[in-house]
Amino acid sequence: MDKIEALEPNDDQFDEETMMAKFLEETTLFLGPDPEIMGDHDLAERSDREDEAMKKVTDPATLAIVRDRILAGANEGFEMLENMGAAPGAKWGDLVTGVFSAAGDLAISSTGGVLIFSSLVHHPVKFINKYWRDEPTVGIRPGDVFMHNDARYGNIHNTDQSMMLPVFHEGVLIAWAGATVHEGENGAVEPGGMPSSAESVFDEGLKLSPLKVGENYELKRDLVTYFQNTVREPKLQYEDMKVKMFVCRRIEARIREAIDEYGVDAVIACLRVGLEDTRAEVRRRVSEWPDGTVRYSHFADSTLRENVMIKIKLELRKKGDTLTFDFRGSSPEFANRCNNTVQASLKGMICQLFLAFIWPDLPRCQAAFAPMVVLTDEKSALNSSYLTPNAQSMMTFFPAFTGAQIACAKLMFSIPNKSTKVVAAWYDMINTFLYGGMTQHGEIVGNVCADINGMSGGAHGDRDGENAVAPIFATMADIGEQELVEEEVPFIQIVSKRLLMDNQGMGKHRGGMGYEMMVAMTDSEQWGFMVTCIGSKTPNAAGLFGGYACPTYPLCKVKGVDVFEMFKSNPEDFSYSMIDVMNNQPFKEATYSTHHMGLQYELTRRGELYMISQGAGGGYGDVLERDPLDVMRDVEEKLTSQTLANNIYKVVYDTETLVVDEAATQKARDKERAARKKRGMPFKQFCKQWSTKKPPANIPFYGSWDDSKLIYGGSPEETMTPDTMRSITMPHPKDVRIEALEAELEAAQKKLARSAKAKAAPKAKAKAKAAPKAKAKAVRKGRKKSR
Amino acid sequence: MKVIMTETLLIDLDTEKWHCRRCDKKIGSARKSYKEGMLVYERDPQDIHPTQLDPEKYEFTFAPDPKWIRILEYYCPKCGVMVETEYLPKGHPPAHDLEFDIDALREQWKDREELTEPAYGPDLQMERKVHRH
Ligand SMILES: [Zn+2]
Repeated sequence: MDKIEALEPNDDQFDEETMMAKFLEETTLFLGPDPEIMGDHDLAERSDREDEAMKKVTDPATLAIVRDRILAGANEGFEMLENMGAAPGAKWGDLVTGVFSAAGDLAISSTGGVLIFSSLVHHPVKFINKYWRDEPTVGIRPGDVFMHNDARYGNIHNTDQSMMLPVFHEGVLIAWAGATVHEGENGAVEPGGMPSSAESVFDEGLKLSPLKVGENYELKRDLVTYFQNTVREPKLQYEDMKVKMFVCRRIEARIREAIDEYGVDAVIACLRVGLEDTRAEVRRRVSEWPDGTVRYSHFADSTLRENVMIKIKLELRKKGDTLTFDFRGSSPEFANRCNNTVQASLKGMICQLFLAFIWPDLPRCQAAFAPMVVLTDEKSALNSSYLTPNAQSMMTFFPAFTGAQIACAKLMFSIPNKSTKVVAAWYDMINTFLYGGMTQHGEIVGNVCADINGMSGGAHGDRDGENAVAPIFATMADIGEQELVEEEVPFIQIVSKRLLMDNQGMGKHRGGMGYEMMVAMTDSEQWGFMVTCIGSKTPNAAGLFGGYACPTYPLCKVKGVDVFEMFKSNPEDFSYSMIDVMNNQPFKEATYSTHHMGLQYELTRRGELYMISQGAGGGYGDVLERDPLDVMRDVEEKLTSQTLANNIYKVVYDTETLVVDEAATQKARDKERAARKKRGMPFKQFCKQWSTKKPPANIPFYGSWDDSKLIYGGSPEETMTPDTMRSITMPHPKDVRIEALEAELEAAQKKLARSAKAKAAPKAKAKAKAAPKAKAKAVRKGRKKSR
Repeated sequence: MKVIMTETLLIDLDTEKWHCRRCDKKIGSARKSYKEGMLVYERDPQDIHPTQLDPEKYEFTFAPDPKWIRILEYYCPKCGVMVETEYLPKGHPPAHDLEFDIDALREQWKDREELTEPAYGPDLQMERKVHRH
């Protein structure tokens, strides 16, 4: 108060309003995510300095050479990071490097790696520019090192950590060098960095708002120690902070070399021109697409804790040179589930749909998405509010990606000039194991298997999709050397990368196929696994133009067995197929079970089996148009069963030699086409008997039904509008289970009491003394039966 | 001028009609949903994606849950080609998935050459040539 009174004017500059504004500015209690920064994915305004540089350097050849030099620097940084990074993810390409303009726009990203990371780091850089530059206790100076990982300030989720270095020339900030790695462990409620049991943001571990962690190219050891103290892998935390800093320094050095050779104006102009040209080129390309609207709804079947139906609704509109992704009408957010997406993360994901799948020939920069518009409802699962957890945001923004991929493929099919092949939906889930515990070397770890990158490609318009090729969020990522991984962690993949028969999205061209994985812990005092995928009830990867979707995927467990002992005694009993193991149940004492693919961290014993399969890509076109020879090749390679060849593809062949009977196949297919016409119903007539006004009561349905302004919150009675949208609070799955079991128990007890009463009544007198015994026997019998 | 809009459908800009690309059947007005001219069949998803694990023993079997999701198959009424599949929860109204601005389309194609085959796009990878006999 003293200070304010001291400012009290005679000086008429200090009117009350100015004073209040100044007071508020000086006393902001918390600098949370800035809605202005988080809501804007367009480029910053061209600065005077950029304008000046662009006037000075206009030669396209010079700009192209400078661009290549800086890109080479980013790629060099990428290589360094991949080779030196300690995170398992770093070793197989789950990282990226980039160069940002002074204002923070991503201008050049490394050729490989996870583009979505870099296309989201512009938010924290802009935050640093806005809040820390003039903040006397922080500031931005040469040699400063900044870091960040909280998705609410720009990121996907906090397992990915970014480092940013400002690049100065003669005291003026001209660019930023950045590097991001999927680090894994981050001190969340579960090990491995992607907790699915997090019920609040405070369960999700380290949450770094953009902050300075070093000066004069030295990390502050006290801060590093604090971060280490917060996570399960302290060595990893330190090592990768150092590696990322040196990577950023190398990129900075390459920028400096370019300045020395071509002048600072060439560098500044090159970054800005690249961004502006890309934005203009994107507008030109969009204008080649037909004007119109494509609608597609995708149904995510789980929160990772329970099966629910989460609608992701997309209306993609194109007019002139503008594309609008309208996701309004999608599911509300979940207050205590971490499958919520910060809207900026959604934008980053769709940005890289264009850069990786639609226009991979464009410069990898943020401008590729600048002309797009994204609409969401506030408090929806795709635009979640500040306090909702988001560690598993992929569970809603991956399905949104699939929606965007299908909608774009449909909208742009007619255009003559494409940059890549037409493709059905890529598989969109990270079907792999997360793990955590004590290794054979006595170290505590928590991380994820490289199979996070083993997603299969969707079928193309003119050929099959690629099997287990690359994740939807990165190009040129790897699935690692399993043998090397096994040196460091106490579990092995007994079956690894074996394509699972019939695991395909069928069509004229089939989607890429996924492989099965069987893991078991070998040697640890404490070890556990997690799985974090959806798609056990409804398929994840959609087909295109008559192609079918991928199948659904269970988690299979065999507990109460040590398969390693079994390998010693009777190895012939073992089958290297999860389907055989589950159907034949070769281990006598073991328990066999299947589950949805959201497994929270679960402790395991030596030799217990955890089995999953990678997903397949969606199919393309009518199955009856598939070349019979392709079907036979797949049968021969054990990718397609004879059942599928017969029943779905309708191929007639010699079952021994696999030689196709072309005439008979033609006949069988004609017969099927005739059968379709017979069983098909005219659309309008069909809709009359099919369409309902509300979602079915037997499915917990979240999102709009046919009116995007009426949103359901789990039942036909629970409704809201975009203006009254509220977060959904879910009960604990164990409470739900306990409630169900209690109800079952109560019903059984009542039944028992009734039958005991009925039995006892006629002979009540005679057998009065024997009654307690009979009752006990009945209880034992009843229990057994109820199992 | 005919514009190929999907694998199996085109729009004839002169008549403003959807046509089947396999049999040339006139499906309906290009200003309306092509679905209105289609035959539809509701599938149990397990017809297509069969259970791989014993459903007597297990809840999750690699096959979609037919209580949760159904497949709508859209067929050309003349030749029976499958034009689209749509995976929907029971009763969910089908999407009007393709709605093009026909006037803009005509304007856009006035200087373009008609395509007789879809443009499937270039392959950025090395294409492996497989000859079959
Ligand atoms: Zn037809």
